[in-house]
This record gives sequence, C-alpha cells and structure tokens, in this order.
Amino acid sequence: MTNRDDTFAKVTALIEPFNKKGIALTDAVRFAQDLEWDSLTVMDFVAAVEDEFDIIITMNMQAEIETIGQLVDAVEKLKA
Amino acid sequence: MTDAGTLREDRPLDALEHPSAPDLLAKFDPLIAERQALLDTGVRDPFAIVMEKVLSPTEAIIGGKHTILLGTYNYMGMTFDPDVVAAGKRALDEFGAGTTGSRVLNGTYQGHRECEDALKDFYGMDHAIVFSTGYQANLGMISTLAGKGDYIILDADSHASIYDGCWLGNAEIVRFRHNSVEDLDKRLGRLPKEAGKLVVLEGVYSMLGDIAPLKEMVAVAKKHGAMILCDEAHGMGFFGAHGRGVFEEAGVEDDVDFVVGTFSKSVGTVGGFCVSNHPKFEVLRLVCRPYVFTASLPPSVVATAATSIRKLMHAGDKRERLWANSRRLHQGLRDLGFTLGTKSAESAIIAVILSDQTQAVGMWQALLELGLYVNMARPPATPAGTYLLRCSLCAEHRDEQVGQIIDMFAQAGRAVGCIA
Ligand SMILES: Cc1ncc(COP(=O)(O)O)c(C=O)c1O
Repeated sequence: MTNRDDTFAKVTALIEPFNKKGIALTDAVRFAQDLEWDSLTVMDFVAAVEDEFDIIITMNMQAEIETIGQLVDAVEKLKA
Repeated sequence: MTDAGTLREDRPLDALEHPSAPDLLAKFDPLIAERQALLDTGVRDPFAIVMEKVLSPTEAIIGGKHTILLGTYNYMGMTFDPDVVAAGKRALDEFGAGTTGSRVLNGTYQGHRECEDALKDFYGMDHAIVFSTGYQANLGMISTLAGKGDYIILDADSHASIYDGCWLGNAEIVRFRHNSVEDLDKRLGRLPKEAGKLVVLEGVYSMLGDIAPLKEMVAVAKKHGAMILCDEAHGMGFFGAHGRGVFEEAGVEDDVDFVVGTFSKSVGTVGGFCVSNHPKFEVLRLVCRPYVFTASLPPSVVATAATSIRKLMHAGDKRERLWANSRRLHQGLRDLGFTLGTKSAESAIIAVILSDQTQAVGMWQALLELGLYVNMARPPATPAGTYLLRCSLCAEHRDEQVGQIIDMFAQAGRAVGCIA
C-alpha cells in the first residue's frame, strides 16, 4: 500500500459514520453534493481528520476542497 | 427560472433579448419555498415583527396587542432611562442629527471623544475606539489585527460578525470545538511557533446563553504565545465586580489584549467598540477599514451611550435584579419540563430548545398571541442545527411580569404539546 492509499483508507474510515446514504467512496465523491453534508457535519468531520493526522486544515483550505480525492491530497501534503 | 419556455409576454424587453441571463436570486429559491410553506400553514412570520409602540424596556404594542418583551437584549433597561434620553435630546439640539462623515475626517465630535473616555473609565483601560456597530467593531478589529500569514483561532459557535471579520481579512482561519479548552490547546500546538496568532473568544455565547471557560482558555492561548480578543457583547453590565464582562469575573483582565463590545444591548442604544491597553492601539484608527470608510455615529447616539455607560458603573441594583430574574425564569421553565440550553442560568439568556421548526414556530406564535415576544432562532445561526426560542431578561422586568411569563410558557407549551 502506498502512503496515499493508506491516507485514503483512513479518511474513508472517518467518512463512513457520516455516510448515511451508503455511497461507494472514491476520489471523485463530493462532500456537499454527493454525501449531502451540511456545514455541521463538515465541522465534525474536519476536526476528526485533523486529530487523526495531527494536522490543521484551515477554513481557507477547506473552501478549496470539494472531493475526497482533493482532501486526501491535501492531507498528504500537510503530513509531509 | 431560467427556462426560456416560461417567458411571459409581460417580461421586460431585455429579459427577452437575453433569455438565458441567470437570475442571481434564483439560488434562494429553496429558502423562499421553505418560508412560503411555513407561512401557508397560517403562522405569523417570526422574522417580520413590527413594534407599533414601545412603552418601556419590557413592553410594546405588537399587532395592536400589549406585549411583554423577552427577546430584546435590553439587559439593563437603559433605553428609557431619563438621564440617557435627556442627554440624547440635548446633543440632538446642540450638534444636529448626524455627522455626515467618517471618524477620521469630519465625524469626530466632542461627544465621540466623551464616549471613548466613558469606555476607558468603565473598563479601566488606556484606549477605546468607538465603531458604528458591534458588527463593524469585530469586522474591523479581526481583519486588521490578523494579516497575511497570521492565524485566527476561533470557537466554532462564534457570532457571525466574528466569522465575517475573518473572511474580510487575509489570515489563515482555524476553528476549535465550542468551548473546548483541549481542542483549542491541540490546534494552537499544531501551528507554526513563529506565526502571529489571534485567539477570538466570547464571554457569553448568545445562542444558548452559556459562558466560556475564559480562565482556562486564556491560559492556553498565552502558553502558545497568542494574542486574545474577547467579545463581551452579552456580558457587559452584569458580570464581574465592575460589570465589565465575563473576562473580569474570570480574573483574566490582564491577559485579554482586546475587548470588543456593543452599545446595542446593555448600553441600550447602537454602536460598537474595542478597548485595550496595547501601547500601539491608536494606530488602528488609521488602518481599520470598517472604522475609516463609514460615517460615525450621530451625536445623540454617542451622548446616550456615554451617559448610559457612566450610569452602568453604579448599577449594582439593576445587576442584582437581572440575575434574580434570570435565575427565576430558568428555574420556572425547567420546572415546567422545558429543555434549556444550560443546566442553570449562566447569563441573562435562557434558550428553550425545541425539536423542529414546526414546534418552534408553533410555540413562538402561541406565546405572541398570549402577549409575549421571544426571539426565534434557527439554523444556520444556531449550534447543532437546533431550533430555539431565545429569551433575554431585563433588569426592569417586574416580579409579576416574570410570573406572567412563566404562566404563558406553561399555557403555550401545553397547547403546542412540547410539555406535559
Ligand atoms: C457576540 C456578538 N458580537 C457582536 C454583535 C454585534 O453587535 P451590534 O448589534 O452592535 O452590531 C452581536 C449582536 O448582534 C453579538 O451577539
């Protein structure tokens, strides 16, 4: 497993509890449109991702992240 | 609608010429529909109340009906204080209706200076800047203090003016879970040591009426080398020995770098401010855009504010009555079986938590029909997607009014079915 695969697995594990519609999680899945998350869910989820990887995802960065793939890439960069 | 097929004959010509021109208001269609559906059920619009007459800080005529006000943030009841009103009238006569200018040009009158002096005396601080509203005070202070490369660390439940202050500036924005000292500590610990940091806190959070653990939060922020701004909008007048706010009561006056506040609650008029002991504070008058690029408050407003602030320095009686009223209402509603935002009365805001919009609007309307006005609050303004009826007490609520309020809640709650 590459580092990215590992990050993807960890991120999707954190998504699952909020994946009410049981959508198959791929890089292309969008948080707002596909998972239909509201801002409160996003807040809880981001905090969980930050704590899992011991990073900070600023609100400025969050504004640019729409898909799972973009989040995994951002986490990879922030961990480095 | 953007579908050209729906164009009607009476559309203006340019709409016909540009049939695909997107309507910028179309994005609000879901909200318009939700509101309409609600109004179609026959309820009054909770966001379109008109006070036809205001009789006192605690009573008004709404829809022809005598109504007790329990949602005005008029905590200290200063709106009709005779000295305050007289000062405003005098200033109106002597200085006119408005300044027609910015604080840094022609808009600083003697009254603005006197208002800032009153704030310095009230807070025992070296500097005070008066803004046109509390909203603008937060916009100005936050966007100016934290620049590019700096970090703002804010509570997730922060007031809209704090969020907007973040978006107006160029800093990096980091949120922590509401009132969580541990979460704040963790996040500060992950930020670059050398970066400038501004931690933004509120003394009282206005949705649920809960107070912040300021002692612990300030200690954590200082440990990580951050500066601290505390918004005391809902704490001024009745927390701490001098009524300065929750930060005074928590004993952290020496460690809070900037205190922001408003005249629109305890002071009883309109306006905002920031006070500080920072030696370079005055430079903000030149660089803070929401201070520079807007007209200053009218002379009558700063005169009423200054008079009110000076009276609040000696308002021990009012403070005691406000706390007594808050505790009594909290206990009364709890005894009736309502779910409240806090376990005990932490502030003068008592939030009644309801299950959904229908119940909240039903309850709100039932209270109004009985002659009681409270605020309705709904997502996204509320935490965790809740629907709230927010009650804010006034020092001038009489004992008998508090009794009536509790009775009306009992009656409305049973009618709507949210209590047994
Ligand atoms: C916490 C907080 N900060 C700032 C403000 C803004 O104050 P103003 O009404 O003076 O704009 C408010 C109230 O509206 C508030 O609740």
